[in-house]
Amino acid sequence: MTPGSTSPSLQIDRLCCVRGDRTLFHDLSFAVSGGELLHLKGHNGSGKTTLLRALAGLLLPESGEIRWQGENIRALREEYARHLLYLGHHNGIKGDLTAVENLRIAAILDGYALDEETAWRILAEIGLRGHEDLPTKHLSQGQKRRVALARLLANRATVWVLDEPFTALDVAAVQLLQDVIHRHVADGGIAIVTTHQEVAMIGANTRTIELGRRDA
Amino acid sequence: MLEPLYWIIRRDLTIAMRRRADVFTTLIFFVIVVSLFPLGIGPEPETLRQIAPGIVWVGALLASMLALEQIFSADHRDGTLEQMLLTPQPVSVLVVGKILAHWLVSGVPLVIMAPVLGLQYNLSADVLLVLMASLLLGTPALSLIGAIGAALTLGLRSGGVLLALLVLPLYIPVLIFGAGAVEATASGLGGQAHLSMLAAILVASLVLAPLATAAALRVAED
Amino acid sequence: MSSRLINWFKFSSPATFYPLARKISVASAVIAVVLIAVGLYMSFFVAPTDYKQGEGYRIIFVHVPASWMSMFIYLVMAAWAAMGLVFNTRLSAMMAQALAPTGAMFAFISLWTGSFWGKPMWGTWWVWDARITSELILLFLYLGYMALRAAIDDPRRGDRASAILLLVGVVNIPIIYYSVQWWNTLHQGSTIKMNAETTMDETMLITMLIMTLGFWAYSIAVAMARVRTVILERERTASWVRELGLAGS
Repeated sequence: MTPGSTSPSLQIDRLCCVRGDRTLFHDLSFAVSGGELLHLKGHNGSGKTTLLRALAGLLLPESGEIRWQGENIRALREEYARHLLYLGHHNGIKGDLTAVENLRIAAILDGYALDEETAWRILAEIGLRGHEDLPTKHLSQGQKRRVALARLLANRATVWVLDEPFTALDVAAVQLLQDVIHRHVADGGIAIVTTHQEVAMIGANTRTIELGRRDA
Repeated sequence: MLEPLYWIIRRDLTIAMRRRADVFTTLIFFVIVVSLFPLGIGPEPETLRQIAPGIVWVGALLASMLALEQIFSADHRDGTLEQMLLTPQPVSVLVVGKILAHWLVSGVPLVIMAPVLGLQYNLSADVLLVLMASLLLGTPALSLIGAIGAALTLGLRSGGVLLALLVLPLYIPVLIFGAGAVEATASGLGGQAHLSMLAAILVASLVLAPLATAAALRVAED
Repeated sequence: MSSRLINWFKFSSPATFYPLARKISVASAVIAVVLIAVGLYMSFFVAPTDYKQGEGYRIIFVHVPASWMSMFIYLVMAAWAAMGLVFNTRLSAMMAQALAPTGAMFAFISLWTGSFWGKPMWGTWWVWDARITSELILLFLYLGYMALRAAIDDPRRGDRASAILLLVGVVNIPIIYYSVQWWNTLHQGSTIKMNAETTMDETMLITMLIMTLGFWAYSIAVAMARVRTVILERERTASWVRELGLAGS
């Protein structure tokens, strides 16, 4: 699979997810392809996080399939992970490591090398100048979120699955993140984003799906 | 495949070095438990020498199990575990890295401390040597097997007690061959066969346990 | 996975299985009562007195089949677990869940009757015999499985986690058994041998066979009854269960 030659596509086919007793959604089908931004909306408990975790391959859906380039992601596993960047509620950074260490280890585990210099540059770009060398447990919530988001600038993944990426960010960071996401989409990537606060995610190729409309 | 393994080990060791206090709790637990037995049994040197292999081994086993509760919990809380599951690396390889790092931090000190405790029980030099050898082969096996239980009980209430219930029965073969090696040496039979069995268990658990642990982690993060 | 396979498993979905389980349960219960009644009668009144062990030996007609069942049920549970993991079928995990208490009960009965047998034979309630010890560990494995199930709230996570535990257990059982055997011969020699190969009379053998079949039928009956309650509890929001409730009341 050579990126660029075929347009990336993610298909969701009759997906059904259950949490405990509750069916969060069923028969959910849609497709996203390269250059598209999918904005997921819905009230609390409508299953946004569950859907994103299923899209990332963390969660086994009750039924239905998620296909990447036509193949089920459960079968692809690591091959799919190569193209994916998931950012959940947790920042996924270690409090005992510095921002630079966190970023570089995440890069190595994601399968590419990130030299010290680039790591510093990215962290400066995301507004953490002067905090690169501190254990991240001493940073504020918003700064920790920025460390996590720095992966977006370093990573070359095609599919971004971002769960509430704007939480804890200040106005400047929200603006920056929006730019980063739009740039990614403009470059032919896929972004799937949930927000519950009204952050403008409007761009050329933005689609909105609203979960949990109670039509039953 | 080896590079991420190296980095996971390096990462976990760095973190362990930055919170050194945690390392010592396991070791102190081991020392205290082993030192309690003479107080409960009496100071009769012959009796103590006889039960020493079993006591040191049970102490090491309990200490190793208690330490295991922590192996994935911090990563689970801060979200690095779910990121681990989403990397292009095989999860079982990363799991091996985590277990190895965990063993280096919590298992190796037990191996080093064991002869000192053995002296309290009047064990001779060659017996102490076999004690160390058996722990060197046995404690990594305990970590590997215990990691399955730690992954299964991740994030559950009463996780610690449950972990003990799940893991202790599976520890029995390691205990039997580990303590058996020491005892056989002490009684002049030679512990060679026992040590070979321990090595076999170690190899088998190195192959199988990470797969089960990886599967259990996927379930825990579902 | 071919679609034919999926269809086959769809057929054994909880909804279709629920009424079937009732029929199997009732039939097995009848068979169990008959077989166990006949078996017990034969154990007490037909089987001859053992020339070495006197009347006390008669407890083996319960003890030995119970030990067999306790081991066999664990294997069956592991097989269901493997199936559940591979095909992602809900019913498999429910079957494993329904079998567990019965398996644990047989392990306990085996230990209990073994102890009752040991007292008159060896003058002690408990011997660290290899088989008894292994049986004890098996009981621990059952208890661990049930404790893990009980500790996990989400039924799907519970299914998968406990399935992994069962498979780990099944791989370990031979190793545990072998190591306990090794430990036992090293420490005790062969001073005491449980279930020593005494020349077994044909009537004894038949009696034991009948008891074993009776326990089989009992296990199936109880497991089926239990799986019905598990299905009802787990599928209580499903429409077919609600309709059932309306029809029943």
